[in-house]
Amino acid sequence: MLKIRNLHAFYGSVLALSGVTCHVREGEVVALIGANGAGKSTLLNAICGLVRTQGEVKFQGKNVAGLAPEDIVALGISQVPEGRQLFAPMTVAENLELGAYLRFRRGHKKEIAQDLEHAYGLFPRLKERLSQKAGTLSGGEQQMLAIARALMARPRLLLLDEPSLGLAPIVVEDILSTLARLRDEGLTVLLVEQNARAALKIADRAYVLETGRIILSGAAQDLLQDRQVTRAYLGKDYKEFTEGR
Amino acid sequence: MDIFAPLLQYLISGLTNGAIYALIALGFGIIYNATTIINFAQGEMVMLGAMAAISFYHLHPSLPLAFAAGMGVVTVVGVVFERLALRPVKDPSPITLIIITVGGAVFIKGAAMMLWGKDAYPLPPFTGNVPIYLGTATVLPQNLWVMGLTAALVLALEAFFRLTLAGKAMRACAYNNRAARLMGISAGRMVQLSFGLAAALGAGAGILIAPLTLGVYDMGLMLGLKGFSAAIIGGLGSLLGGVLGGLVLGVAESLATGFISSGYRDAVAFLLLLLVLFLRPQGLMGGGK
Ligand SMILES: Nc1ncnc2c1ncn2[C@@H]1O[C@H](COP(=O)(O)OP(=O)(O)OP(=O)(O)O)[C@@H](O)[C@H]1O
Ligand SMILES: [Mg+2]
Repeated sequence: MLKIRNLHAFYGSVLALSGVTCHVREGEVVALIGANGAGKSTLLNAICGLVRTQGEVKFQGKNVAGLAPEDIVALGISQVPEGRQLFAPMTVAENLELGAYLRFRRGHKKEIAQDLEHAYGLFPRLKERLSQKAGTLSGGEQQMLAIARALMARPRLLLLDEPSLGLAPIVVEDILSTLARLRDEGLTVLLVEQNARAALKIADRAYVLETGRIILSGAAQDLLQDRQVTRAYLGKDYKEFTEGR
Repeated sequence: MDIFAPLLQYLISGLTNGAIYALIALGFGIIYNATTIINFAQGEMVMLGAMAAISFYHLHPSLPLAFAAGMGVVTVVGVVFERLALRPVKDPSPITLIIITVGGAVFIKGAAMMLWGKDAYPLPPFTGNVPIYLGTATVLPQNLWVMGLTAALVLALEAFFRLTLAGKAMRACAYNNRAARLMGISAGRMVQLSFGLAAALGAGAGILIAPLTLGVYDMGLMLGLKGFSAAIIGGLGSLLGGVLGGLVLGVAESLATGFISSGYRDAVAFLLLLLVLFLRPQGLMGGGK
């Protein structure tokens, strides 16, 4: 479904991705793990057209590298960005409405109403808070809203950038099980996580990114057992946990 | 009683001018929210609104038609200005763009002088010139038109931002540009819309004030600077702030003119501006963004 070949991304003259090649098949949950500054967010933003790149990004056979972000959203790729990036002074309802912005413009009113119901089904707490300002939601609720907002575009491929960031373990569990449910409904997911253990548990496959390169890839189960991964990423989780990050 | 009598009169003229400043200030704020630049050509849109309406009125003496056509034409000018002068810039840093808007203002003013000459032209008041007496003070019907239509335009603008998809998208862009783009909101389209809206509001201000002051090719500079001051005083980018800034500035000017001397009128704007910048740089209503 998504095929990336030899992708380079630059910030000015700084190389943030150097020759990334990876793919996501339809119906898969693929995890992308890596330390701070490895280039995970850069890769997601490159897919969405927010970062300039060289190389090939193919979505459903169509080359999307170089397209404007709005055209890429229209093709069916949505991103839940790092740090939620909600429209904080706007209400929950308005945030959801803007998630469906392109579809409103095409007049898909009826489907949008259905998708709203679907989102409330996934996250009942949002329905109780429709007129609350997004900025006043709790961290967990904000993450739910960010996911629901991205789903309102009715994507085929959902990109998530560290949805577990700063959330209590129980909320993380909740959100990951929602992702599993979405996968079962047929959504394809590319999940960026520092919380590697949690990500690998729900993922089918995973890539490990380090300083802009993919250094390891394979089935999620195998990576969970992999020595290198355990030491570099899973061990770190534990350490962070005990230090009460 | 002696001091109160002129006070009411000053308030009326202050609020009238203030309403005009408010409309211009809102234009500055709308463009700032979409682009983080100050569009110094905004004052010229005010002038163009007045001059275009006057010309339309000469062609076909109907005020509502002149009003609508004036606003319409200037809206197009605003959008085209953005498209031709700002969009093609290779290095779109705010300072470059702001300097271009200053150049654009000079250009538009020059073009207006070639088109209309240096004469000042009248536009008839919307409903006659018979003053209404409020105790010792008098109000011209045009004063009421200015205040009433400004209120209507502000309400319409607020409704646009609160109730329509395009309005919400514009707010979203201002709050979080990146996230808005991830929703498929085209930043370029929002910028275009903001220039159109700002030009329309400026033109409206020009047409409303023309029956009171005449329309002339160089009226834009001072009105633009006053509107800019009002926007800063109220808090750049805040709708309520723009309105409040305009009214405060208008009334302060009018009181200074009345109680001190008309020579201080223009100094008041800049005095208030400095005061706000020193004491409350985010403006009266600014959220400290
Ligand atoms: N806007 C930017 N301008 C310049 N350099 C940037 C920019 N954004 C990211 N970088 C650099 O690119 C590299 C990759 O950053 P990126 O945000 O993709 O990492 P990440 O893997 O998402 O890290 P984290 O886990 O901390 O979110 C880093 O070295 C970062 O400093
Ligand atoms: Mg990141």
